[in-house]
Amino acid sequence: MKAIRCQDLVKTYPGKPPVEAVRGINFEIEVGECYGVLGPNGAGKTTTIEILEGLLDATSGSAEVLGMNWSSDGHSIRERIGVSLQETRLSERLSVNETLQLFRSFYADGLTPLEAMAKVSLEEKKDAWIKTLSGGQKQRLAVATALVGNPELIFLDEPTTGLDPTSRRQLWEIIETFKRESKTVLLTTHYMEEAERLCDRVAIFDAGKIIAEGTPQELIRSVGAEHIIEFSVDADPAVVDVHDISSIDTVDKVERLDDAFYLTVGKPHVVLSELISKLSRQSLALSSLSTRHASLEDVFVNLTGRHLLDAEPETADAK
Amino acid sequence: MQTQNPIWALTLARLREFTRQPEALFWVYFFPVLMVLVLGVAFRNKPQETIAIDVLQNDFSESVTSHLEESKTFKITVVDEQESKQRLRTGKTLLLITANDASLQSIDYQFDPARPGSTMARNDVDQTLQRAAGREDVIATTNVEFQEPGGRYVDFLVPGLLAMGLMGGGLWGVGFAIVDMRIRKVLKRFMATPMKRTHFLIAMMCSRLVFMWPQIIILLVFSYFVFGVQIYGNWLSIALIILLGAIQFAGIGLLVASRAKTLETVSGLMNLVMLPMWTLCGIFFSYENFPEIFHPFIRWLPLTPIIDALRALMNEGRSITTLWFELGVMAVWAVVPFFVALLIFRWND
Repeated sequence: MKAIRCQDLVKTYPGKPPVEAVRGINFEIEVGECYGVLGPNGAGKTTTIEILEGLLDATSGSAEVLGMNWSSDGHSIRERIGVSLQETRLSERLSVNETLQLFRSFYADGLTPLEAMAKVSLEEKKDAWIKTLSGGQKQRLAVATALVGNPELIFLDEPTTGLDPTSRRQLWEIIETFKRESKTVLLTTHYMEEAERLCDRVAIFDAGKIIAEGTPQELIRSVGAEHIIEFSVDADPAVVDVHDISSIDTVDKVERLDDAFYLTVGKPHVVLSELISKLSRQSLALSSLSTRHASLEDVFVNLTGRHLLDAEPETADAK
Repeated sequence: MQTQNPIWALTLARLREFTRQPEALFWVYFFPVLMVLVLGVAFRNKPQETIAIDVLQNDFSESVTSHLEESKTFKITVVDEQESKQRLRTGKTLLLITANDASLQSIDYQFDPARPGSTMARNDVDQTLQRAAGREDVIATTNVEFQEPGGRYVDFLVPGLLAMGLMGGGLWGVGFAIVDMRIRKVLKRFMATPMKRTHFLIAMMCSRLVFMWPQIIILLVFSYFVFGVQIYGNWLSIALIILLGAIQFAGIGLLVASRAKTLETVSGLMNLVMLPMWTLCGIFFSYENFPEIFHPFIRWLPLTPIIDALRALMNEGRSITTLWFELGVMAVWAVVPFFVALLIFRWND
């Protein structure tokens, strides 16, 4: 049995013109796997995950969850999955404990509210009203509401968006404990470092389609070379002789995004000195320069020619 | 307490949220009391109403005022000519009296017959002056003051306000809360759990039925102690009508909130539902004042049977068995909106 299997999933919102949020998605998630859906806003991540959570009906295609279908086994699926939506504002005037009791009452089996609190380290806030919690604590509570039914499969839709680095790291640690308990996790995010760190496999979404899928390492390797040099000059970037630069040894690719240039290179120490001397020969001065390991972000840039975080949505995401 | 019944858990959560919101408590519990207080005082039965009349300032005005002052019915103001016109026009006085001589031989009355009470004022003044001038009554008359229990305005008002409270509380308490939950995506979040939809709707109605009772009791106790409003009918019947009324409006609240996605929409819809009933159903004055052809329509509105039944039970002490029509209309409104809401409810977005 696969934890999730979806085939040719399509979601079109009626309208003039109709909005094709998801345009033929295929993927499978193994039991015990942490699967990441990575992509810019409007790529169809939330629409896809909400179809899999049984909150939206697909226009066509099939979605199987834990070997069952939403149309016939909706109730059994809901008993066995846990969900954290992108933006749920839980009732401010209920305490953490009361909120978890409420969610627990919906499930036939599950954890006690205290056990769920312990999993997200919120025991100290047991009797605190939700309005007094910080953003990170609220997000952890949202995850606890997903855990209280002791699910086999957990959906987390952008669990760390808008959180400060400390809270984000706390959530990462919580998600890592799910992995140790070999629960299946489907996570959407637009932070590449999150996907790189947590996910066994990643699907990169863009404009309603999967444009790449694999382990983070495989995807990064697909960029070609392992390092990225990023620079810009204090003149019109159009005057830079791109051909000249791409002739440098181990430079795999030169790309220009707005005012900045991205070089995918094998040996940064060789390329750097060459690059600087070539630019000075063109009498151009650097206004910025940085080097780093290639990341999933570069995979995205490589595939789409756009940045992940400021990519303009090509298709509206779930309204 | 580890695992609760979902209906109970949802009801409890709703009750907790409500009681932790002081502003909601104010509007639901104390606003109706404030209404009774203000209206009860404004329309209290005065021992005897005084009639405002003016006497034109001239050499003979004293001859008129001396007689009129003996009767405590009149509130007399002596005015000059210019002022008198102004006061008549603006309704500060009902009648202007001009004495043309010192011995009550000739008097002029000036008034606007279209203004309510002015003719009565003229006749009262005239009778007092005619008697003072020596006219004898030829018929021996006796006045018997009629005062039936439960017949004062405040007695009439309290059942109306009770019903109005049921309507407002049901629509706001259920409708607003649901749309708020929809906006906060809590409804959608619940849909991703095995929670049953009927459980949720039943819990919303149950919680309303629970926090309605303090609202009713506060209003009744207040009216009893402040205005002496008594209940002449059977308590159990009254409780039954109130319960049925609350179910009715909780159901209508569900219906109003079933599709709305913003608080503006649901507020608009609620006002659309409530405004006609505020004016038509006889909260503040009897709907008998409307032309007769509207009465059947008015009696089928959800608020009317509650008010009519409560007045019949509380003020007239009638038996609930005389109220089949009202009970029937209420039963329809208690059942139909709930099921329509269940059919068209927007759960997932």
